[in-house]
Amino acid sequence: MTEQPPAQAEPTVGQRFVKELTTGNTALTFLSIVLALLIGAVLIVVSDPAVQEAGGYFFSRPVDLIAAIWESASSAYGAMFSGSVINFDAYTVGDALLPFGKTLTFATPLIGAGLAVALAFRAGLLNIGAQGQIIMGATCAGYVGFTYEMPAFFHVIVAIAAGFLGGAVWGGIAGFIKARTGAHEVIVTIMLNHIARLLLAYLLTIELFSRPGEALPRSPVVFESVQLWRPVAGSTVHIGLLFVLLAAGYSWWLLSRSTMGFRFRAVGHNPNAATTAGISVGRSYTAVMFIGGGMAGLAGAAHLLGTEHYLTDGIAGQLGFDAITVALLGRSSPVGTVAAGLLFGALRAGATTMAAQTQTPIDIVLVVQSLIVLFIAAPPLVRAVFRLKVRSTRAIAPEVGGRV
Amino acid sequence: MRRTNVMRVVASVLAVGLAVSACGEPPPEEQDAGGEGGKEFVGCMVTDQGGPDDKSFNETSYKGLQDAEKDGAISEVKIAESNADSDYKPNVEEMVAGDCGMIVTVGFLLAEATQAAAEANPEEKFAIVDFLYTDPDTFEPVEIDNVKPLVFNTHEAAFLAGYLAAGQSETGKVATWGGLKIPTVTIFMDGFADGVAHYNKEKDKDVEVLGWDKKSQDGQFVGDFSNSNKAKQISDNLLSAGADIIMPVAGPIGEQAAVAAKDAGDASVIWVDTDGYESLTKYQDVILTSVEKGMDVAVQEATTAAAEDSFSNEPFVGTLENEGVSISPYHDFEDKVDDGLKQEVEDLKQQIIDGELKVESDAAF
Repeated sequence: MTEQPPAQAEPTVGQRFVKELTTGNTALTFLSIVLALLIGAVLIVVSDPAVQEAGGYFFSRPVDLIAAIWESASSAYGAMFSGSVINFDAYTVGDALLPFGKTLTFATPLIGAGLAVALAFRAGLLNIGAQGQIIMGATCAGYVGFTYEMPAFFHVIVAIAAGFLGGAVWGGIAGFIKARTGAHEVIVTIMLNHIARLLLAYLLTIELFSRPGEALPRSPVVFESVQLWRPVAGSTVHIGLLFVLLAAGYSWWLLSRSTMGFRFRAVGHNPNAATTAGISVGRSYTAVMFIGGGMAGLAGAAHLLGTEHYLTDGIAGQLGFDAITVALLGRSSPVGTVAAGLLFGALRAGATTMAAQTQTPIDIVLVVQSLIVLFIAAPPLVRAVFRLKVRSTRAIAPEVGGRV
Repeated sequence: MRRTNVMRVVASVLAVGLAVSACGEPPPEEQDAGGEGGKEFVGCMVTDQGGPDDKSFNETSYKGLQDAEKDGAISEVKIAESNADSDYKPNVEEMVAGDCGMIVTVGFLLAEATQAAAEANPEEKFAIVDFLYTDPDTFEPVEIDNVKPLVFNTHEAAFLAGYLAAGQSETGKVATWGGLKIPTVTIFMDGFADGVAHYNKEKDKDVEVLGWDKKSQDGQFVGDFSNSNKAKQISDNLLSAGADIIMPVAGPIGEQAAVAAKDAGDASVIWVDTDGYESLTKYQDVILTSVEKGMDVAVQEATTAAAEDSFSNEPFVGTLENEGVSISPYHDFEDKVDDGLKQEVEDLKQQIIDGELKVESDAAF
């Protein structure tokens, strides 16, 4: 085994990053979100033609501009809220809560894939490969779903297991290569993303994966027996949500209650110390990427069997990359990842409503998501804006005019 | 405090900027809405990924709605852009929940979402661009009561372009390549290849088509509609293989063929979907002609009909005859194309319209 990296006294960038990530405080996370939403509001306002028009005669009638600004921001965020949490215009309580169901549907794959990234973070690995792992999970689950006919309960189990395995193998490959050869996992997972994407694109052109008599790159619809149960009539929420929540519970148990999880964390904190303590770093890398990849595969399977029902080359969308953000925002903890997945699910769900109702560009949501990450990645910036006290002794506050 | 000074400077610059731009005249205090007597009808659209500014089929379809609004046929246009596959269903459902008189969905990827929404909301009217529903067992077209398919027999116009290219080529080699091997792309390539074959038959020539083999239905594809590096590479390869006219069928990245042709100097491009002379202004001097697919006209007509209460679910099939497909004027090449060849293309067009000449493609409607 060549799992031992060269001895280093200083913690690596990755280790320091993981430390900052897992110890950052909640207030900072919350304020990052607030700040991102505020900047999002500014962008919404500035890009609104009604505001631009009112701005053109500001000095003649300033009230118009202020009214337009308020109208623009409040209607956009109002639509986002009513599209993701509660729609107060609905006639029944059930209908009013449908938007929240949409949020949960969007959150399901985000939580699963977020766990994949979070687990790897804890072992000191940057898993950029959630995208590929989702694709492999969805592909395997889909293949089982539209090829074999089985009794319903059994079929779901087999398809979900196939999805988990597909993602796990894809993640495991990256972990194994890292363990054996020391190849950087970021590069390996990015390459595996491309391979997965092109593999799926190829599969969709062959007969095995296409609909009879149709040359379009989309697979047959999975059998009804394997489509995940939707407990609420009229809503797209499916029991895939339960699966990813169980996965989050398992991740929590794994990290904080099991020996294996302890090894992962030890490797994440300091691989050298872990080696000294008799932990096989290489084996931990492979294991954590296998389990993490499985979580992303599960996310892909749940997304396919619960929401999409057939494969296209865009099945994973931006999920794998959003997952990185979710894990970052969730501070790499399972509970945090669930919360962050819900927030991002709400943003995605609200985005379509906002775009359709107020004609605000849907890309604003992407900007908000990115800003959240930016602020989380730059804690001093947020501290400076909100004049937060710094806990470390390296005081930066005087520089920016605040008091320590 | 240096920082405060910086803020002051920024603030005063902004204030001056505002003062300069904010001295316009306000509109009259009260306006009566709807004074024109036009009736309220909202035309809605859900785009595919790429959005309404993709210089390709989303943009052209969207233009149809805008044209309908300009004409006064409809009073408002709403659009929902999809960023991922998972946006299709929610976007269509949002439009159903809104006050849309007609919902136009763009592209086959939206077929499933459109069908589900149409069946759940029988009173809502839909039109889908580039997709015809077929029965999964018999492969026969099926009709949905409230969905009007807007499809195009593009191979008829591409046939003319192929004939023209064969007549215009000096190297005896012409080429085409596609974004993705899907019927809406290969239908162009089929027509093009047939046009060249027809030229060879008539003139007893041997002009070669690179990049697409109609018989084996295989050829050069980028694999998506976004990888412009690969698009450039394919175009360069085809040019160095001796082709001097290229028809890229790949939406926005087709531009790379024009870049390559311009670099090569003695090559030209046949654009698709829209008149490239207008949409690709930087490369006007290399655009021989374009195979136009009148998605804007089809969307405008369908929406206008729906607004006038004369919606029908009968598929619109764009052909040379109804001008749903056509080839563009030669513009800068007007003098470079031989008058005889121009006349032959015109004659062929008439023959196809009259049904004397049958042009076929697996992807035809």
